[in-house]
Parts: sequence; C-alpha cells; structure tokens
Amino acid sequence: MPAAAPAKPRRLDEPAGPLLRVESLHVRFGSQEVLRDISIDLEPGRTLVVLGESGCGKTVLLKSMIGLIRPTAGDVQFEGQSLAGLNDRSLAHLRTRYGFVFQGAALFDSLTILDNIAFPLREHTRIADTEIRSIVASLLDEVGLPRSVLSKKPVQLSGGMRKRAGLARALALDPQIVLYDEPTTGLDPIMSDVINELILRVRERPQVTSVVVTHDMHTARKVADRVIMLYPVFRLRPDEPQIVFDGTVEELGRSRDPRISQFVEGRAGARLMELREEQARDNGAPVESAADALTDAATDADEGEADA
Amino acid sequence: MAARSSAHSPTGMTGWFANQVANLGQFAMDWVAGVGDVAVFAIQTIGWIFARRQRRDVLLPNFYQIGVMSLPVVALTGLFIGMVLAVQSYAQFKALGLQTRLGSVINLSLVRELGPVLAATMLAGRVGSAMAAELGTMRVTEQIDALESMGANPIYYLVVPRFLGCLILIPSLTVMADFMGVLGGYFYSHVLLGIDYHHYWANSREYVDVFDFLLGIFKTLFFGAAIALVSCHHGFHCEPGAEGVGRAATNAFVHSFVLILILDLFLGIWLNNVHDFFRPEGPRKLL
Repeated sequence: MPAAAPAKPRRLDEPAGPLLRVESLHVRFGSQEVLRDISIDLEPGRTLVVLGESGCGKTVLLKSMIGLIRPTAGDVQFEGQSLAGLNDRSLAHLRTRYGFVFQGAALFDSLTILDNIAFPLREHTRIADTEIRSIVASLLDEVGLPRSVLSKKPVQLSGGMRKRAGLARALALDPQIVLYDEPTTGLDPIMSDVINELILRVRERPQVTSVVVTHDMHTARKVADRVIMLYPVFRLRPDEPQIVFDGTVEELGRSRDPRISQFVEGRAGARLMELREEQARDNGAPVESAADALTDAATDADEGEADA
Repeated sequence: MAARSSAHSPTGMTGWFANQVANLGQFAMDWVAGVGDVAVFAIQTIGWIFARRQRRDVLLPNFYQIGVMSLPVVALTGLFIGMVLAVQSYAQFKALGLQTRLGSVINLSLVRELGPVLAATMLAGRVGSAMAAELGTMRVTEQIDALESMGANPIYYLVVPRFLGCLILIPSLTVMADFMGVLGGYFYSHVLLGIDYHHYWANSREYVDVFDFLLGIFKTLFFGAAIALVSCHHGFHCEPGAEGVGRAATNAFVHSFVLILILDLFLGIWLNNVHDFFRPEGPRKLL
C-alpha cells in the first residue's frame, strides 16, 4: 500500500487512536451489494477524499460513517465507540460532533436561512436567541454569504449560496468531523473553487477532520491529505477489494491501474465496451446503433486527444 | 440456461398454480410487514408525544394548515351533502306522507355517518396527500437525513405535529361539516320544498340526541390518527424521484380512505353495542 502523506504534528489533547474507524463494512440493499469489506482509519485533523464513479457507494459510505445507514455487517467507531452499540439518544448526541454537508444542501424549505443555520443551536444548546443570531452572522461571514440572505427561504438562493448556507449549518455546533457529499456537484467552476477554498478554510479550524466524497478531481487535488478510490462492487471479481486505491493525490496521478488512470484523466475507454455489453445483456440482444454511437464517440475523443 | 431452469421449475397447470400460491404468499408477507411497519411507526409517534414537550412554533403552522385551511372545503362539502340528502329522501317520504320527518333522517345520517366520514375524507384528500408529498419531497431531497444528521428526531419534528393536528382538529372540522349539513338540509327542505320548520326541527330533536352527535365525533379521532399515520408513513418511505412523490401522495389518500371505511364499519358495530348497553330500549323508530 502506498505511503500516506506526512501527518500533521499531533496535539497533546488529540486522542491517540483514529478519530473514525470503519471496520470491515458491508452494506447491502436487498440483493444489491453496495459496499464490500471497507476498512478505513481516519486520523484527527486530516482530510480524506473518497473518489469513485457514480453509483459506486461513496454516499452510502459517508452516510454509514454518521449512522444514517446501518451496515449489513462490520462496524463504524467514533473515538473507539461503536455507532451500532448506541441507542437513539446517544447516537443523536454523538451526531452533534459531526457536520454533514449534503449534495443538494438539504436546507429545510419551510424555514428561513437564519432558522436553518440556527436549527442545531436551538436543538442542542440553551443559548439566548440574540447570541444565536450573532453566531449565525459570524458563520455567514465565514462562508462568505451576505446578511441579507438571513430572512430568505432556501428556494430564493442560488445553488452555490445554498451549498454555503448548508456548510454554515454544518459548522454551527463546531463539529470535530465534517462530511461533505459531492460539495461541488452542479456548480460552475468558479463557485466550485469557492467551495474548495471553504473546505480548506474549515480544515484550518483546530481539530477538524474532513471526509469529502466527490468525483471532481480538481477538488481532490486541492483539499486531499489522503485519497481512497472505490470501485463499484458489481464490476469487481469476488475476491477483489472495493478500495482500489489508498494514498496521496500525487500517488493517485502516478497510478498505472487503468481503472484509476481512466478516472483521473476523465476517459471513458473500456467502460464504453462494458456499457455496450450491459446494454446487450439487458435487452437480450445487441443494440448496435446506440452502442456503436458510444464507441464512435469514444474513438473520436481519443483521436482528438492524440492529435492535440 | 433457460432450458435448465425450466427443467427444474414445474410447468403447465401445476406450475401456474405454484406461481399463484407463491405470489399470494409474497403478497401476504409484504402486507404483514407493511402493517407491522406502520404499527412501529405509530408507537414511535405516540412515544414522542410524551417523551418531549411539543414546540409551539412547530405545532401552530401545522395546526393552521390542517385546521384553518381545511375549514372552507369541509364546510362546503357538509352544506351540499345536507341538501343532497334532502333531494334524495324527499320523494320517498312524500309518498308516505311523512315529509315532516325529513329533518330526522337528514340530521341523523349527518351526525352519525356522513359528517364524520366526509370530513375525514376531505382531510385525507386535502391534508393527507399534501403531508405525504411534503414529507416525500423532504425524504428525496435528504432533508429528513439532514434532521437526523443534526441529532434531531424526524418523527418528533415532522410526524408528531401533523399527528396532533389531525387528532385534535378533526373533531372541530366534523362539527363544522355537521353544522353546515344541518343548515343545508334545512335550507333545501324548508325554503325550497316548503316543509314546515316547526315540525322539521321538532322531529329532528326527537330522533337525534347528543349521543348520536358524540358518537360521530368520537369516530373521527380514529380517522384523524389513521390519516396522519398512513400519510406520514408514505411520505417517510417515499421512493426517489417525482414519480415516487406522486405515488406516495396518491397512496396516502387511497390507503387513508380505505382505512377510514374499515374503521367506520368496525367502530359503527362496536358503538352500536355501546349504545345498546346504555339504552337497552333500543333506538327510536323513524317510521
């Protein structure tokens, strides 16, 4: 296994073990296996980026880390405490140490931005409303949103603003670990970079550990201390591990594994042939026209790349 | 592969019969699992009513949506049902020369059956499907996951206020449906059919008593609870996409309505027994 990036010096008050441990995690929905034997140790203060193509189980892994999805087998431990062993009340209390930034921000439609960001503070603290307002204002400053959005409903904001409001809400309880689910998906390149900068800024908070699930290589290059790459279970051999890469982003770029290099370079390559086979299998007979079109497009793209 | 599987599976009439039995078994298992799931959901909801003090800022908007916003449609339904009852019953009663008894049959039907069932049906249609669609959208857009990720319980925040709203406000809506139905029946009978108002009300008073009215109101508590639980359960278990949300809203109404009818039948049988217990002389004869 490739060596991980040099670790930050450990503070005296940091726990000795990993902050989060995922141990032989299996998740299955009915007959569909989504995660197979995933094991990850996450050190405090580090940023882990989980890469992988759509449908490979990245979001399921992220939701398993906070106990939103119960594993079929295996365990997730936060500071050595198993999430599976906690009752609802203890799990709810533990979740106050997490921040979760959802793909679509998941702000509550019926509440204003002020009420959305203040929600965890009102739920878990007895802070006076005036102080909550000032905390919300400072969180807005941190994510670069104007105060004028406070009275607006989420539907009145742009996608980038909603993501930043979602990040502000995730940071409201000063979490130890922040989980980001596709933080730059659906945003323009400039706003994507703004979000990447915010992830870096959040990392500067003392003791904050981050897990970023993405398929955006730009985000991975910018924020990752460590990268793991998942591969869809249905395309693995029975004995193959689902984590096909674990290392630094530099090592990722040097990998000779075609599954990894294709993803890093954004080339469809042999995947198109697989799609063709899947299509034919599903239809019971080859569907030449659509598959040929796909293959032609891939060939054109490869030739164009070669010319360049 | 196909040949090999067909060699192992029964064919012909036996195969068809085996498949039907298997399908029936699967349906029964799914049904039992579904009922069990709703029962657990109901127990959790009732548990959260007592586990934590309810927040006024969460309750009131739900109460407004369920109660105040449903009032016009429930009132309108009641008004027209009262008039329709008068239209449909008049010819039969007139043939027997008993037009003045029209008030008793209209008002008895209204307060015992039609008022409660129609108020519940309107609530299921207007509020139940909206609740399923709203919670379904929250599920699809991960807002329910967001609540859980912040250590908040979605049943406490989303289901309990809706459950309490339906439970507490459906009796008031039924009173409104009853009142408007009585008014509609009287308007049509007296103003348009010319039935003497004194006899109309005297007969109504004689045959409809407080027990009939309370019986109707009592039933609505079960209807309200059923609407809220079934609709919220459909919203919570909504499948992804616009189609999933649409299906959740439709199923919420259909299943609530079927449950209202089933509850109405069994509550009707049980409450008649209760009535007989308190009034052994039996009901007064209308005709």
